[in-house]
Amino acid sequence: MSFPGHYTYWVTIFLMIAGLYIVIARGNLVKKLIGLGIFQTSVYLLYIAPGKLIGGTAPILAASFHTYSNPLPHVLILTAIVVGVATLALGLAIVVRIREAYDTIEEDEILEKDRAEEAEE
Amino acid sequence: MIADHLPALQVVVPLLAAPLMMLVRRGTFAWLVAVAVSWTTLAIAFALAVKVREVGVISYAMGNWPPPWGIEYRVDALNSFVLVLVSLVASVVAPYARTSVAAELPRDQHYLVFTMFSLCLAGLLGITITGDAFNLFVFLEISSLSTYVLIALGRNRRALLAAYQYLVLGTIGATFYIIGVGLLYLMTGTLNLADMAQRLRDVHEMRPVLAALAFITAGVGLKLALFPLHFWLPNAYAYAPSAITSFLAASATKVSVYVLLRYYFLIFGVPLVFGRLPMAEVLIGLSVLAVVSASLVAVFQRDLKRMFAYSSVAQIGYITMGMGLANKAGMTGAVVHLFNHGITKGAIFLLLGGVALRVGSTSLERVAGLAKTMPLTSFGIVLGGMSLIGVPGTAGFISKWYLVLGAIEHGYWGLAVLLVVSSLIAVAYVWRFVEVAYFREPEPGAARLAEAPGSMLIPAWIMVAACVYFGLDTSLPLDGARAAAALLLGGAP
Repeated sequence: MSFPGHYTYWVTIFLMIAGLYIVIARGNLVKKLIGLGIFQTSVYLLYIAPGKLIGGTAPILAASFHTYSNPLPHVLILTAIVVGVATLALGLAIVVRIREAYDTIEEDEILEKDRAEEAEE
Repeated sequence: MIADHLPALQVVVPLLAAPLMMLVRRGTFAWLVAVAVSWTTLAIAFALAVKVREVGVISYAMGNWPPPWGIEYRVDALNSFVLVLVSLVASVVAPYARTSVAAELPRDQHYLVFTMFSLCLAGLLGITITGDAFNLFVFLEISSLSTYVLIALGRNRRALLAAYQYLVLGTIGATFYIIGVGLLYLMTGTLNLADMAQRLRDVHEMRPVLAALAFITAGVGLKLALFPLHFWLPNAYAYAPSAITSFLAASATKVSVYVLLRYYFLIFGVPLVFGRLPMAEVLIGLSVLAVVSASLVAVFQRDLKRMFAYSSVAQIGYITMGMGLANKAGMTGAVVHLFNHGITKGAIFLLLGGVALRVGSTSLERVAGLAKTMPLTSFGIVLGGMSLIGVPGTAGFISKWYLVLGAIEHGYWGLAVLLVVSSLIAVAYVWRFVEVAYFREPEPGAARLAEAPGSMLIPAWIMVAACVYFGLDTSLPLDGARAAAALLLGGAP
């Protein structure tokens, strides 16, 4: 119940908050997606770290092994990584389209252009 | 033989149709497959609903791995109801989509719309039917990713920013959900929802469980546009292609509401959520804010699609309000409103698709005198609007009636009054349409406008007719909703 004992959780929380902060604080659409990536990555750690036992091996039934790490979180996170990659790819694709349509990827400039367009109507 | 595998087929059919459409790359073919698929899912959903009435709960072991180790598909009174809603909406929107999509999007993108539509349908049905917390996340992402693509296909360039913003918020929501599931997994060692509910009883009071509840509430709240997490919704609905707007408005948020219902009542349980934590007050408070503020904002919109999008935020407030009441009448109201609002909003957005096709815009100024040029469409929108208000004889009345009963049963007289007053705000925004469409002269060039084509008008009017029919003959949705409410309040799944 000490700080070093919860080491992985502190790293997880740091990544989580840092990622979320980037998403909120940055106006650049690509940087936002990077923040989103960091935020998602922190969850991978949240799942995988508790599944590991020190000295544990993969769950192979053999006489010489007695302690096993939990393999399920790895499998789950493999799926989550795929989801994360798909999200990032789609997000970047949309940013490319935004850049083609607006000529910028800064959120405030895009909103500015939208407002100008609305004022014209 | 096939009857045993219906729970799997419910999801597998639309999921497999998507790559097929992608490979053939023909708009018409993709459309035909989309119609066939959505009608098949509707048939399966009905078959499952009938079977659930007989046997209570259907448990299907995916790949024959027995639960709680394998992924379980579990159909009960609650989710069979939602399955019917989602597939019903899909099977009305799919035939409609052809003309609407052809008018709004370039030819080479048609097959993509139907591919994504099919994937989104698979995702939504999967979220509803699965009995596994992590599998639910995967389906959530399947439906979300396809939704982002569908929104980005909108023809206005603002659709791109709307899709981007929804992608960021939706991903944060889904990640919050998965953090919550991770904490629950750490506490219980299981991902099967029914098993998790059993094991959580032993660890009720521990802090990670409370943190998990908070993460899941915030995550799913983002997806269902719970006030004040609704900022993505108006833009996404306003700029998506018309057919897609009506599909999403009628089904996507409803499925998220279902997820929250399942977690609150069947997994965390009433004693924890409403006994130990003040979630009832939080939900009712936020719902009141949603209903009042979003309705007021809707009154001042200049675009009809945006107006009804804000109205959606308000109507979702009614559903979460019923959830917060957590008594029999309130829950029945919540579940039946899920259905009624789904068909009402679906109908309105389908008709607005016709307006967008003929007028070229859905802004209030452009629809002046619409009742003269498009009488059927205008009248349909008014009927749908009456259902939103909750006029007796329409579907919306039934849900409001039960919500008021639920509030009175709790002794919340103020809330009951507020429900009635908030309906008056709905009168205000529906009236704005009536005034412009019925009491203003058409613009000079508009006289040549014709009614929307039959391929769009007929599906839209089927939904409008359903709004009125289910307002008069309430037995079908109400029986389903009562059974679902009984299941939710009955304790163990």
